[in-house]
Amino acid sequence: MAKITVNNNRCKGCGLCINACPKKCISFSDEINKIGYHYAVLKNEKDCIGCGFCYQMCPDVCIEVFR
Amino acid sequence: MNKILSKPESLKDNPLSYCPGCGHGIIHRLIAEAVDELGIREKTIAVAPVGCAVFAYDYFNFDTTEAPHGRPPAVATGIKRTNPDKIVFTYQGDGDLAAIGTAETIHCANRGENITVIFVNNANYGMTGGQMAPTTLIGQVTETTPFGRDPLREGYPVKVSELLANLEGTKYIERVTVFDAPHVIQAKKAIKKAFQNQVEGNGYSFIEVISHCPVDWGKTPLEAVKWVEEVFLKTFPLGVIKDTTK
Ligand SMILES: Cc1ncc(C[n+]2csc(CCOP(=O)(O)OP(=O)(O)O)c2C)c(N)n1
Ligand code: SF4
Ligand code: SF4
Ligand code: SF4
Repeated sequence: MAKITVNNNRCKGCGLCINACPKKCISFSDEINKIGYHYAVLKNEKDCIGCGFCYQMCPDVCIEVFR
Repeated sequence: MNKILSKPESLKDNPLSYCPGCGHGIIHRLIAEAVDELGIREKTIAVAPVGCAVFAYDYFNFDTTEAPHGRPPAVATGIKRTNPDKIVFTYQGDGDLAAIGTAETIHCANRGENITVIFVNNANYGMTGGQMAPTTLIGQVTETTPFGRDPLREGYPVKVSELLANLEGTKYIERVTVFDAPHVIQAKKAIKKAFQNQVEGNGYSFIEVISHCPVDWGKTPLEAVKWVEEVFLKTFPLGVIKDTTK
């Protein structure tokens, strides 16, 4: 059991977390956030292993990891 | 489920002003984590540069001052000598550290000041729009080298870590990068060791972080981290360059 949460309104949609996720469980939102970006969302919670790679790569410190 | 990773206490809640995907944010977080883990937040003082990190005082949740145009090593020297119990570090880009402030950098290192230097090498002047820096690669196109850096005209990339390793005053020098998660974890170890050295009074530590500047490189964040791995690191190989603390 693991998951991440993303602080939507800090996210700048850079995609580095999506690129880093070994389980490919993150993707971009359809909506745009307050600062104008498609933000990262955890699409497949059941696949998340809580490795924290997304957290390590996020330049805007938007991600929290739970395990 | 327990929260295992989240924003360190040594970072404020303020949003970072860096471009999407910029390496500076990752490096700020690593410093903040190292400071938290060593329990030194109350006695840490940062000296910020000119460049994109000029607003570092808005992001770090400890005392931070600002010494533009390459002077952080001089200001850090003064702070550390008058407050030897504080943990003092400079945070500088390649324009600030390796061009504008070359003299301050070299003499501070040569004096062996007991400080920590975090050197962000992104191969150009980020804040001002992507001009050539001393660390720009041969052939790299920048605003001021539109046909690529030609060593016959602009000289060769300056390898600051190797240069400083020749000075007896320097104790620990490592080159790390943040283009993928395993390297970020390694970078954190090096940064933490550079702070630990200061806590133990070991002397001058210097961490060069090979970072990405997607916007001024004219790349997407994904293209930028790929370019670091495939091109940038060929000129700036990673690893411990000097360690006399063992
Ligand atoms: C006297 C003076 N010269 C030049 C500048 C312009 N300037 C602002 S930031 C900077 C260098 C930034 O490059 P770097 O240190 O590589 O940091 P980065 O922005 O890439 O993080 C320069 C030259 C200035 N502000 N003042
Ligand atoms: S913790 Fe690991 S598996 Fe889970 S979303 Fe982040 S990178 Fe993917
Ligand atoms: S790395 Fe951070 S800023 Fe970039 S898309 Fe993911 S959550 Fe957003
Ligand atoms: S210009 Fe480059 S170094 Fe500066 S914030 Fe943007 S991506 Fe980062």
